[in-house]
Amino acid sequence: MSRSQKEKLIKSVFFIFSLISVIILGLIVFSLFREGLPIFKKTSVYDFIFGMEWYPTADPPLFGIFPLIVGSVVVTFFATLIAVPLGVLSAVYISEIAPRAIKEILKSSIELLAGLPSVVLGFFGMVVVAPWMQETFDLPTGLNIVNAAVILAIMAVPTISSIAEDALYAVPREFKEASYALGATKLETIIQVVLPAALSGILTAIILGMSRAIGETMVVLMVAGGAAALPESIFDSVRPMPASIAAEMGEAPYRSLHYQALFATGIVLFLMTMIFNLIAEHVSHKFRQTASGSL
Amino acid sequence: MIDRKEMNAIDKKQNKSLPWRYRRQKIFFGAVKLSALIIVLALGGLVFYVVSNGLGAISWEFITRPPTDAMTKGGIMPAILGTLYLTIGAVAVGLPLGIISAVFLTEYARQGKVIRLIKVGINCLAGVPSVVFGLFGLGFFVVFLEFGSSILAGSLTLGFLIMPTIIGAAEEALKAVPQTFREASLALGVSKWQTIFRIVLPNALPGILTGSILGIGRAAGETAPIMFTAAAFFTAKLPGSIFDEVMALPYHIYVLATAGTHIEETRPLQFGTVLVLIALVLGIDLIAIIIRGYVRKQKRW
Repeated sequence: MSRSQKEKLIKSVFFIFSLISVIILGLIVFSLFREGLPIFKKTSVYDFIFGMEWYPTADPPLFGIFPLIVGSVVVTFFATLIAVPLGVLSAVYISEIAPRAIKEILKSSIELLAGLPSVVLGFFGMVVVAPWMQETFDLPTGLNIVNAAVILAIMAVPTISSIAEDALYAVPREFKEASYALGATKLETIIQVVLPAALSGILTAIILGMSRAIGETMVVLMVAGGAAALPESIFDSVRPMPASIAAEMGEAPYRSLHYQALFATGIVLFLMTMIFNLIAEHVSHKFRQTASGSL
Repeated sequence: MIDRKEMNAIDKKQNKSLPWRYRRQKIFFGAVKLSALIIVLALGGLVFYVVSNGLGAISWEFITRPPTDAMTKGGIMPAILGTLYLTIGAVAVGLPLGIISAVFLTEYARQGKVIRLIKVGINCLAGVPSVVFGLFGLGFFVVFLEFGSSILAGSLTLGFLIMPTIIGAAEEALKAVPQTFREASLALGVSKWQTIFRIVLPNALPGILTGSILGIGRAAGETAPIMFTAAAFFTAKLPGSIFDEVMALPYHIYVLATAGTHIEETRPLQFGTVLVLIALVLGIDLIAIIIRGYVRKQKRW
């Protein structure tokens, strides 16, 4: 075999292996649909998604996941509300303001925070935050939307902060220098020059942070309370989709309707996060093309 | 020309006098510092709380003995061992595949539709929720390939879960190897493959490994992907083959904290288990962060 043939062969082998991510993504879709689609022979897609009653073990069982979807959306919304200011401001601090030593400590802390296992945060929310919240606000239960949102926010902050920081760091130096030369203060430069220039990167960070929060399982399983009903206040319990899947899969008999309904819930969750990811992908791709060439 | 007086008047009208501008800056910087402080305090507070509550439960017996009396006493050795098996399995799956993907993307790939597809695929895979990975492992490895709930199924699931992280770390490390290294090697008549294997990879390896360790920590701490694919509530015996179920630290915490009738009594055991898991995961991460800082300083180019 000649040398160039060998090179070509090696290149093709590498190419085939690098397709593995796409293949796995395909297999995920395949497995979810294979196990989950049969439920739609019993319930229509509309009744499944907009049905108000989730009684999978009743007779006859009812598979309406709308309360679960609302649970996911509500918890994610409040988590985002907390995580975005923390994440973006800390990113600004790290990339624009902090002295070198503090910057290193802060970056390491955020990386360690990202490394905390979700079950540990869920445990913390359950054992520490919930009793405290119940007592302080005199609630029937401390396992509720606010608690879950706070803990989820802790999980989403590292994602938002590190991606936003990359975006801020990529803003060309000349932009800032030009702004200072015009007499702007550091704050004015950050708000009117740096943040707008990094906006699409920051948006990407926020979307990926939300995607992380909506798909996070252990925290909502342990902390959100588990009530499969539409919440009326922010101190109500909810049962987000991942919590429902994780809690019930162990009890659902193999290939029963319940089992299929949980896989179908997985399909809905998967599609929601994919939409988030594709939006993030689109925004960040646009951003990459214009970042330094926009002058 | 506007004279100085007029300009000051305009500034005042728009409320933009210099002292005011600096005061505003001070307030903003305060908010920014506060947000950084909250993050550090959240991490520090959490770790401190777990350590101060969990330290009492830690003993040699706790780490080396199996649970007894319906998991209300005894140790967590099988769970530690199970987590080690699963993590090693996940690394064995994710690391080689991740490195090969990254080598292709940085060394061979040219911009094009297929490459874009692969990159979008990797990003999407990174965003798949962990519980969906669990469903995938259940539907594909446990049911379709008939591995059953086992170390093998759990390791494969976790391995694919951490692959995007490893690809990202490896890509960054490979890109950091100077282009001149490759050019020098190619100029000597060395083939492209040998250049990659003998020059690029060895230089990138420390970066690849430290970056990957952060993914490895994630594999050790994940719960949802192993719930349906590998983890057992309790096993009487240690696993004998890769087709056996195992206990695992994260799942053990979940079980102790939420199931059974002795939740309050076993609190110390729960805190102890959380402490062991945190020590394991954050220990791994911290080592990676320190080594990375050291390698960056020592760079020969």
